[in-house]
Amino acid sequence: MRQHFSHAKAQRRKGFYVCLVVIIFAVTSFAQVNYERIRSSELEPQNWLTYSGNFQAHRFSSLTQINKTNVAKLKPAWVYQMRDPGKVETTPLVVDGILYISEKPHVVTALDGRTGRPLWTYRRTTPTNARGCCGTPNRGLAVLDDTLYLCTFDAHLVALDIHSGKPKWDIVVADYKAGYTMTGAPLAIKDKIIVGIAGGELGIRGFLDAYDPKTGKRMWRFWTVPEPGEKGSETWAGESWKTGGAPTWVTGSYDPALNLIYWGTGNPAPDWNGDSRAGDNLFSDSLLALDADTGKLKWHFQFTPHDLYDWDANQVPVIIDGNIYGRNRKLIVTANRNAFYYVLDRVTGEFLRGAPYIKQTWAQGLDRNGRPIKLPNTEPSVAGTLLYPGLGGATNWNSPSYSPQTKLFYVLARENHPQYFFKSDTTYHAGEFFEGGGGRDIPGIEPYGVVKALDALTGQQKWEFKLHSPVMAGVMATAGGLVFGGSSEGYFYALDALTGKPLWNFMAGAQIVTNPISYSIRGKQYVAISSGNGLFVFGL
Amino acid sequence: MPRLMTFFTFQFSLLCLSFFLYWLSQPIPQPSKNASGEKLFQSHCAACHGQKGEGGTGPTLATPKLNRADSEASLFKIIREGIVGTEMPGTRLESVELKELADYVRSLGQLPREKMIGDVERGKKLYFSKGECASCHAINGEGSAYAPDLSEIGLRRGRQHLMTSLLAPQADVPKSYLQLRTGTAITDNFLLVRVVTKDGKKISGIRINEDTFTIHLREISGRVHSFFKSELLELHKDWGKSSMPSYRKILEHDELIDVVAYLVSLRGEK
Repeated sequence: MRQHFSHAKAQRRKGFYVCLVVIIFAVTSFAQVNYERIRSSELEPQNWLTYSGNFQAHRFSSLTQINKTNVAKLKPAWVYQMRDPGKVETTPLVVDGILYISEKPHVVTALDGRTGRPLWTYRRTTPTNARGCCGTPNRGLAVLDDTLYLCTFDAHLVALDIHSGKPKWDIVVADYKAGYTMTGAPLAIKDKIIVGIAGGELGIRGFLDAYDPKTGKRMWRFWTVPEPGEKGSETWAGESWKTGGAPTWVTGSYDPALNLIYWGTGNPAPDWNGDSRAGDNLFSDSLLALDADTGKLKWHFQFTPHDLYDWDANQVPVIIDGNIYGRNRKLIVTANRNAFYYVLDRVTGEFLRGAPYIKQTWAQGLDRNGRPIKLPNTEPSVAGTLLYPGLGGATNWNSPSYSPQTKLFYVLARENHPQYFFKSDTTYHAGEFFEGGGGRDIPGIEPYGVVKALDALTGQQKWEFKLHSPVMAGVMATAGGLVFGGSSEGYFYALDALTGKPLWNFMAGAQIVTNPISYSIRGKQYVAISSGNGLFVFGL
Repeated sequence: MPRLMTFFTFQFSLLCLSFFLYWLSQPIPQPSKNASGEKLFQSHCAACHGQKGEGGTGPTLATPKLNRADSEASLFKIIREGIVGTEMPGTRLESVELKELADYVRSLGQLPREKMIGDVERGKKLYFSKGECASCHAINGEGSAYAPDLSEIGLRRGRQHLMTSLLAPQADVPKSYLQLRTGTAITDNFLLVRVVTKDGKKISGIRINEDTFTIHLREISGRVHSFFKSELLELHKDWGKSSMPSYRKILEHDELIDVVAYLVSLRGEK
């Protein structure tokens, strides 16, 4: 009896310890998105753990349930209608069956990935006097461990508890009254939250910041416009560096092995009148490679020196490896707003290849270092100067995609969109527009959008799919042999990744200006994109 | 007497001289004080609103009251941002130039007003009878939806442009503007389109709307056709063409003036 009692006691103790281990595991693993999980995101294709799907910014889903053979049967699974009207640009994150979205302007919602029913909502008051060039969008969140990170239009960084949506901390990144705003998704890397800034049309001085995920303490700042004495300061005349722009408003990529952050910068300010800022205006319109630990510049590559057209380099830079000129290299590729596609060595920043991917009339070509050879009489003027591409650029912030299967780089570009570029006078006043001109459409010309599949190593076009109108919607390739994208009129569509042939479409009813994602729950794959104020989710 | 005459002549000459000297002392009349505003107007506005704001593709600005801008703030907003749902683009001009241009636009309203010519009532009768305009156009719901609605045409187009449209309709057909196509759900600029379906039917009409996968046409009868582009063998877009006849031989010169007067009077008031 005693022995029996002892045995039962031992069993209970054993059960207790098992339960304890399970509880500890459950508590620590539930929604615990540690750095290793994000770094190895290819191991859990059911989730979408960072803005571009992985640190390499491929925006590629390795899920195959939805594929070329069955995509025609894709149907709506659910729709979530956001609370506030306005342009929705968010890319949802997906963690273990739950979607986390940023709604306009400062709402974060957790949604059941199978039903679309909200689990919690965080709402933050917005100052009404924050000003930016292009509405008050928000492009998404970052997640690290049990915390979500949100950039706000009034230039705060907010940390939210992933289980409840309750704020953990809320810090000021910059003064919105001086024109600094934030619209992009943060990038969470091993022990830092990387955030960029917007305000290139209001004469800010751009920077990229890193913050402590636990406390919100700033760990480093890299100024994208150097002050006198710093490297690159010789490329700014007089005091122009103080209002030089070069914002960092679109999320970059990260190479864990090299420990380098790759991030694009925007236009110098004022946009269309460069009289006061003679010089190349480093590091505007550039791709930066920064040491993740220190924020020190490893290398830079400037796409459009002394930009006079508002051709930000705020495209998501895509990390690939490949053989160039007989040598295997670590590469970074991007389709720039200035109409050229670039292949760079991501270790050194060396220019390897570059070629136009849509019509352009501003440059004769690129020299051996990748610097554009400008054509004469292409500067903005009082009477207007006609150029391809227009100020919206060949592409914009909308995400490209890279498929490791097809080795193709997919990008949604705009064709047949020349504009007149105007130059005018401008004077800096903190928090006011500081642009010095603008662009204007030409009546009677119908620009159109086009999904292009480029050989990622050469930029050579493999196929294109024309859309009726230009649109700032990203694309996502999948291992199911598909490329998903959105249209200005509201179509969500799927193309054959090898040929560009349209295989499926759904009219969602309003303009699509965001990027698609894919995830799965209990063995069922979904694809999602926002249209109008709705988040639309599809499955078989 | 002759001495008296000489005296008066002398006095008169002195008077004339003093007037002449006074005239010389006066400042010489200057051109516009707002030369930079005028220059901006020529760059950004004149192509549609006319060299002196008399109107053209865009409405006249040479009027004391601007219909869409009853305050300085609203005029600033329109000049900077444009008008959503119309062909009016924004200039993105900033404070100093924005004010210079706005001041210049306001000054156009102080120019002598264009003399009203033509008989509006007679023009209205001609529009509905001899002109048969209502067979394609509608005014306040009366007429066909085949061609552009004219209920507010007096707000949108200038007199000369309307006369040109009557005499040579293809000289300036409605243009396609990106901001209209992507920002609003209005009729897609009345482009003439011809299609051939896979079962051999040939249909032509004006484009109601178009997207990547579909297109809608309206025949002159008013019948609307909806097509998936995958159902079509051929799709032709007749850029720059208009199905409107020239009225040069349909209406007499004075009748044309009256019809234009009627159209100019249409400002959305029922």
